[in-house]
Amino acid sequence: MRSNLLERLPLAFLLGSQDVRQAYRRSVVGPFWITAGMALQIATIGLVFGILFKSNMQEYLPYLAVSIIVWGFISGVINESCLAFISAENIIKQTDVPLYVYVFRSLWKNILVFGHHLVILPVVFLIVWRGINWNLVFFLPGFLLVLLNLAWIGFVLASISSRYRDLPPIITSLTGIAFFITPVMWTPELLGNAETQHLLLGLNPFYHFLQIVRLPILGQSPTLENWAISLLVAGIGWLSAYLVHRRFSKMIAYWV
Amino acid sequence: MIVAKIKFSDVSVEFPIFNAKGRSFTSRILQIATGGKLDSDGQGHISVRALSGLSFEISEGERVGLLGHNGAGKSTLLRVLTRAYVPRKGIADIEGRVGSLIDIALGINPEATGIENVYLRAALLGLPKDLVRENIEEIRSFSELGNFLEMPVRTYSTGMHLRLAFAVSTLVSPEILIMDEWLSVGDEGFKQKAEQRLTSMVSKSKILVIASHDRSLIEATCNRAIWLEHGKIVKDGPATAVAAAYWGNR
Repeated sequence: MRSNLLERLPLAFLLGSQDVRQAYRRSVVGPFWITAGMALQIATIGLVFGILFKSNMQEYLPYLAVSIIVWGFISGVINESCLAFISAENIIKQTDVPLYVYVFRSLWKNILVFGHHLVILPVVFLIVWRGINWNLVFFLPGFLLVLLNLAWIGFVLASISSRYRDLPPIITSLTGIAFFITPVMWTPELLGNAETQHLLLGLNPFYHFLQIVRLPILGQSPTLENWAISLLVAGIGWLSAYLVHRRFSKMIAYWV
Repeated sequence: MIVAKIKFSDVSVEFPIFNAKGRSFTSRILQIATGGKLDSDGQGHISVRALSGLSFEISEGERVGLLGHNGAGKSTLLRVLTRAYVPRKGIADIEGRVGSLIDIALGINPEATGIENVYLRAALLGLPKDLVRENIEEIRSFSELGNFLEMPVRTYSTGMHLRLAFAVSTLVSPEILIMDEWLSVGDEGFKQKAEQRLTSMVSKSKILVIASHDRSLIEATCNRAIWLEHGKIVKDGPATAVAAAYWGNR
């Protein structure tokens, strides 16, 4: 009946763009608002933790800027996709728009915001006079792999959240905790080279997601382990998303 | 040639009703952890049956009126027909492109401009972008919005709001048209134009399903009527006969 599965994708892009525009529509500085907020955050954390860790600013500031921006994207998608179905209640109850549209909507919205944030990076790199190198080619596959992971996470969370309404705040606190146990503000080297380090980082999928996106920008190559675990998580995740879809997708309209 | 056809076999729709506990992830986890004996009523598994065991067929050319009191299941049935609700039991086989005029303002974003909302509404209805681009001037003149189309929709009056929604929602004629009461928008002048367009949309559609409390509308537009009560079909037959049974003989 439906000629093509991705027929309704334009709707997801449109809704996502609207969500971003909504954020700065009535603000005087417009799109700059999104960028400025993030720049301020990087500057403050950079200053405080730069002093706390007594780090070399030329090393630390680019690292922090890239990490916070990538983390902001990952946690943004996770937190917002919890509400993907709930906030589209009216549309879900009255149309046959497929559910993936709402997940793509929050992905696209956050990709656009991510784009607004990325413009900070050249400025930071210029300030500390640091270049990039050919490792940047890994950025695209890394980013795509993270998208692939966020898509299944978003779908599963959106589905369960429409049934259990206390999940969104739980997820928000969990991503808050993840922010501290994942090396976003601090560098993995700070842990030293103990067994625990490998365990704390190795078992944390967010660490690997972060690595495959940020290292290429910072001129390093992600390890094989980073790629392998991200791929493995994507595989298991999509399988579970498929199961959730098969079992619950018909129920969503009744739950929201 | 696409055939429009609706076939319901023993279709039931139940709405789960959750209490606060049934909505809670944490209490569900606690329940599993404590072996499910924490609270015998904890799940809150109550459900309301909105449609029960409906079987009927609607084929091309039929104009079906849905009768019944509030809460009889008319709206739920319309939503099953738009494929928003998948029945919990039974099979609802709906062939053909379905267009719903139940909530023509659905998805309109008051902060966005009229133009942006035209594209948004159209995408929601599954209309291709090119079709909207070709018709944008037509929408502008039909809705009588003129330069207001470049303004945010929150600056519109209620009438303008509806005219915009109407102009976009009636851009194409679906094979199966779903309506909840006859749409009537705007002041006298616009009403006539809208009436004309709606009538042509109805006549182009292959199947019409309209829920209404208006006897003369049912008798004038429909050639068949289904009378629902408590989610069950009370009477199904020629519009005049069912209307007579429902409202009594004139």
